[in-house]
Amino acid sequence: MKIYEQTAANLSKLLQNKEVSSVEVVQSFLDRIELIEPYLKSFITHTPAMALDMASTVDNRRAGGEKLHPLAGVPIAIKDNISTRGLRTTCASRILENYIPPYDATVVETLKQVGMPLLGKTNMDEFAMGSSTENSAFYPSRNPWNLERVPGGSSGGSAVAVSSGMAPLALGSDTGGSIRQPASLCGLTGLRPTYGRVSRYGLIAFASSLDQIGTISLTALDSAMLMNVISGYDLLDSTTLSEPVPDYTIFLDEGIKKLKVGVIKENVSEDFDPEVTAAVMKNIALLKESGAEVDEVSLPLTDYGLGAYYLIAPSEASSNLGRYDGVRYGFNAGGESIDDMFSATRGRGFGPEVKRRIMIGTYALSAGYFDAYYLQAMKVRTMIRREYEAAFKRFDILVGATTPTPAFKIDEKIDDPLQMYLSDICNITDSLAGVPSLSIPSGISSGGLPMGMQLTASPLKEGLLLKVAGFLERERGHLPLRPKVKLPEGGEV
Amino acid sequence: MAIDFSKEVDYVARLARLTLDSEEKELMAGQLSDILDTARRIQELDTTAVEPTSHVVNLPAVLREDVTMPSLTLNRVLQNAPRRQKQFFRVPSIAGLNSEEVEE
Repeated sequence: MKIYEQTAANLSKLLQNKEVSSVEVVQSFLDRIELIEPYLKSFITHTPAMALDMASTVDNRRAGGEKLHPLAGVPIAIKDNISTRGLRTTCASRILENYIPPYDATVVETLKQVGMPLLGKTNMDEFAMGSSTENSAFYPSRNPWNLERVPGGSSGGSAVAVSSGMAPLALGSDTGGSIRQPASLCGLTGLRPTYGRVSRYGLIAFASSLDQIGTISLTALDSAMLMNVISGYDLLDSTTLSEPVPDYTIFLDEGIKKLKVGVIKENVSEDFDPEVTAAVMKNIALLKESGAEVDEVSLPLTDYGLGAYYLIAPSEASSNLGRYDGVRYGFNAGGESIDDMFSATRGRGFGPEVKRRIMIGTYALSAGYFDAYYLQAMKVRTMIRREYEAAFKRFDILVGATTPTPAFKIDEKIDDPLQMYLSDICNITDSLAGVPSLSIPSGISSGGLPMGMQLTASPLKEGLLLKVAGFLERERGHLPLRPKVKLPEGGEV
Repeated sequence: MAIDFSKEVDYVARLARLTLDSEEKELMAGQLSDILDTARRIQELDTTAVEPTSHVVNLPAVLREDVTMPSLTLNRVLQNAPRRQKQFFRVPSIAGLNSEEVEE
């Protein structure tokens, strides 16, 4: 097995046993990037020198006998909406094309302390608004399972990098599905932690009450190891939770007997691709055979989640994105008056989807519409939270499909925003409720595309989600799922 | 009932300080109308006596001691300024004066 094909947990072992050096590990991923990145376009900025530099520091410290973190020397890719000091951070937007953050996000600082080399900043939908990476101002990323298809989004570049062996781990961000949906479309494990579990300091804001940084990985164990690094209270983000962080890896070997599993009726819908639902049901059958108690549960408010989300998220975005005015940072279009400058800068600097969301949000918050739209959406959010609270009185976890279909084709939905929004239909209510939500691979479709299954637990029960994911991995025994990347000129790599 | 959004687009774009060309406005009117039709479905729900959720974490106000802490240097704060003059961000006139009058 080549180095770049290893999981993060295996790399950690190889490094700790000194069977490989971090420089060798990083070089293996850099070689892989050189070979296939031109076809997949998962990065916006590459940082090979930084990565090798960190790797050699880690190698020297290890050689000196220092006790290092298990992930020291294991490289990572980071979504390009997470601030990296001195390193361009674009949010895949023209308006931040040349923005150099003057500080590190808290998660980035932590990764540096641990000694994880950064391979680069990954492509995404502009300002994390989208479900395919086609809204990137630079270029779309391609799904390694089929280059004609989208990898999902908005953390699509992070998913592509991990799926194709260009990085063993990645950070993404999830507002309404932006980690789970691309993880599902690329056959990966994607965790949106409980709101407040991971610091958002330095994550460029889209919708502050929903944004959450999380992990994209090949396995549940890899996700647990990375969660151990990034979770916890942060003085610089007053919405972080002060509850102690468990060692997430200890949950992985636990059994699932008597686990109460609720199958969300709305998320195994007859309207979905039947193969997607069948794959979910097959995994549920496996849980049942192994002693889990499975029952169906209806969350009727799921149908209203999309409406509430597409008022709340754009409203918060319209406010958050007010800062891009050409004064303190970013693109500036010039203008005679300050108003001209603001409007021209924003008109030329933002792409179509970002403009759409700013318009929806501005409308929903404007005089005369506030009560009927934004306030009503916030009340529906309360009702959705209550519906979850009631469900978690009966069940330990809730399950369903992550996405209604496997990866769709590039250009298929880009001209129809509403159809694009519907690809996150299963992900949105978990975000509104603020609960942890995990997408894991459920199987491969007859068309050769991965499909995903979403597991949801009550706040701070990430360990429970990882336990079930780990159990299914062991039972099925075919992870990690790896595509053969078929090159357009022929051949597979 | 669909909302005719074409009349609203100019007004909302002005509120959002967003220059849109005529093609964008036309496209936007149709798309926003579709999206809001879907979003408005939440108005079917009876939310009488339901408190709004603005935030899922119900934290009390977070306080700290009123002491100075290290912050970014002026140079780093200004490093991304598209237009800068000494230690200031430079912008077009906001008081009806022309820029020469406020030059120094």
